[in-house]
Amino acid sequence: MKERTITLDHGSGGRATHELVREVFARAFDNAFLGQMNDSAVLQVPAGRIAMSTDSYVVDPVVFPGGNIGSLAVHGTINDLAMSGARPLYLTAGFVLEEGLSLALLEEIVEAMARAARDAQVAVVAGDTKVVPKGKADKIFINTAGVGVVPEGLELGGQYARPGDVVLINGTIGDHGMAILCTREGIAMEGEIQSDSAALHDLVAELLEACPQVRVLRDPTRGGVATTLNEIARQSEVGIRLFEEALPIRDDVAGACELLGLDPLYVANEGKVLAIVPRSVAEKALDVLRGHPLGRDARLIGEVTDRDPGRVVLCTRIGGHRLLDMLRGEQLPRIC
Amino acid sequence: MALKYIDEFRDGELARAVLQRLKTRCRDLGPMRFMEICGTHTVSIFRSGLRDLLPPNVELISGPGCPVCVTANGDIDRAIWFAGRPDVIVTTFGDLLRVPGSRSSLLQERGNGADVRMVYASFDAVQIAKENPDKQVVFIGIGFETTAPTVAAAVQMAARDGVDNFSVFSAHKVLPPVMEALLESENLLLDGFLCPGHVTTVIGAKAYQAVAERYRLSCVVTGFEPLDILQGLTLLVEQRAEGKPSVEIQYRRGVTWEGNPTAQKLMAEIFEPADAVWRGLGKIPGSGLALRPQWARFDAARRFDLPPMEGKEDPACRCGDVLRGALRPPQCPLFRKVCTPQNPKGPCMVSSEGTCGAYYRYFRES
Repeated sequence: MKERTITLDHGSGGRATHELVREVFARAFDNAFLGQMNDSAVLQVPAGRIAMSTDSYVVDPVVFPGGNIGSLAVHGTINDLAMSGARPLYLTAGFVLEEGLSLALLEEIVEAMARAARDAQVAVVAGDTKVVPKGKADKIFINTAGVGVVPEGLELGGQYARPGDVVLINGTIGDHGMAILCTREGIAMEGEIQSDSAALHDLVAELLEACPQVRVLRDPTRGGVATTLNEIARQSEVGIRLFEEALPIRDDVAGACELLGLDPLYVANEGKVLAIVPRSVAEKALDVLRGHPLGRDARLIGEVTDRDPGRVVLCTRIGGHRLLDMLRGEQLPRIC
Repeated sequence: MALKYIDEFRDGELARAVLQRLKTRCRDLGPMRFMEICGTHTVSIFRSGLRDLLPPNVELISGPGCPVCVTANGDIDRAIWFAGRPDVIVTTFGDLLRVPGSRSSLLQERGNGADVRMVYASFDAVQIAKENPDKQVVFIGIGFETTAPTVAAAVQMAARDGVDNFSVFSAHKVLPPVMEALLESENLLLDGFLCPGHVTTVIGAKAYQAVAERYRLSCVVTGFEPLDILQGLTLLVEQRAEGKPSVEIQYRRGVTWEGNPTAQKLMAEIFEPADAVWRGLGKIPGSGLALRPQWARFDAARRFDLPPMEGKEDPACRCGDVLRGALRPPQCPLFRKVCTPQNPKGPCMVSSEGTCGAYYRYFRES
């Protein structure tokens, strides 16, 4: 039997489009808002401040160990909301499909997306689908946008790091980027490197509940931990020192990085949060993180200082120092 | 695949002990200058912050050992020329894409519609040729004796599988001749070379014997982890203290005196020594590799009737001096101001293992 694929008809706005929306998207994302089938979803929002974010996903390969482009598109936008302390409420999803995409693959991706949204208790309330001729896109591109509600009185931001604070991370570094790269390049490590793609809002909520003193939350996606900390160092006009010996890096990730000449500190993560907190609450924050399934390997990896403002310096294992600059150029193409 | 035994060579406590011993050893000696030939050494030295920790009388000079960096403008121009032929797919290793030639780079040409693809292994280029029988696939071969055998193997594979649309443009370089050329150049006072572990796994430590004897210079074949480098430096310092320069192997877990005979044989079967132009250093006799006449049908230069090209070097770019160890990157007037990794003027800034790129990324001006 010939495999069913996406054709240009599916993007025509006509009958095929309606069938695709009904059979694939509406069925998977099933909720009252989407069920209205109007031009826009009308939503109930609580009083207070709203956080809003959007991101487009073009990852290649579209399926990788630990997830696919669909689950990633949900986790990524939820995490962007969570980093401002918001409780995510609603997502939208826009799809650009390449003519010839396997329908079974599309269903797999959409189902993973729906599952990720359900697990995170977030509704996908609006969507859009376009089909482009073969070669004009690479299988499938997804855009998600999301809104969430920010608790009263909470003020997080990259500009709030202060000398004396410490840098925490909820687990191992570089897993997502290396999972993608090893899949793409057919590099077989012992076992398989799994992407860390996960929704962090629950972990973040627990952390903020226990430690409202948290100053900065950031998810080190593209550009990795080094680039994200550089952004914070610049925004807050402080220096950041990272301790090489304290960095949690899986053996297989370190090995694959070594093999390809990459630095895990610049490799993307999709289920990690960098938290900058006053030293006085560091222990408590680590306890909370470690008590959550997504934070078992949480560590204190650095400190904020008034030396070298705007810069990140790595204190190496052998007692040396080196500058950790922003990512220059492209270390890995298209990993999120 | 397991890749362990990395941490052992980055052990902080052990490194501090070795460093202390090195300092003690250096105490009564005069100033010493050692050159690390290989870009991987340069990067490792920066990444571990080793430079700041060394005794004040030990100076490390970064040599020309990044194959991307030493690729001459003319060779980039030739690669671009291939990319401009109709129905040609140019394949090469990633770093080369951004290297500026006289007028453009492969990356720029790709933006203009040329089919230029990055591969991680030369076999991938043969695979691309198999998948595109109606196209010509040209592999731009760069690298030292570490990569040349794999390219030789790719040529053999193409011959065996009858892949007639695959060819190689060889811009390969070999190391020992350039070491001699450096030593012949003026004002380069050296006490020894930190010789590259990887290249030497192929060519064997014996390859440095002639240099060591003729120039009375220490050559210590060294691994790439911080502890390897510290131990390699200690051996260099000890040779200097005893006044007995010779070839020594620190990187015993990878390198032997004879090297890898299989790789050597493979390389010798496909390639023969040729003169090569090195960026900043000019033409060095016998420092390149060309396809032997019996493999001419896989030689892209012959298949396409490549016209002669004289690469034009940017007169303001001081990469040549940097590659000779005569200038430190921050002393170049373009460094950090005009020349950055996003907008590199010269090859030393382009490659992740280039001296200027390493300085830019890791060097903390105090």
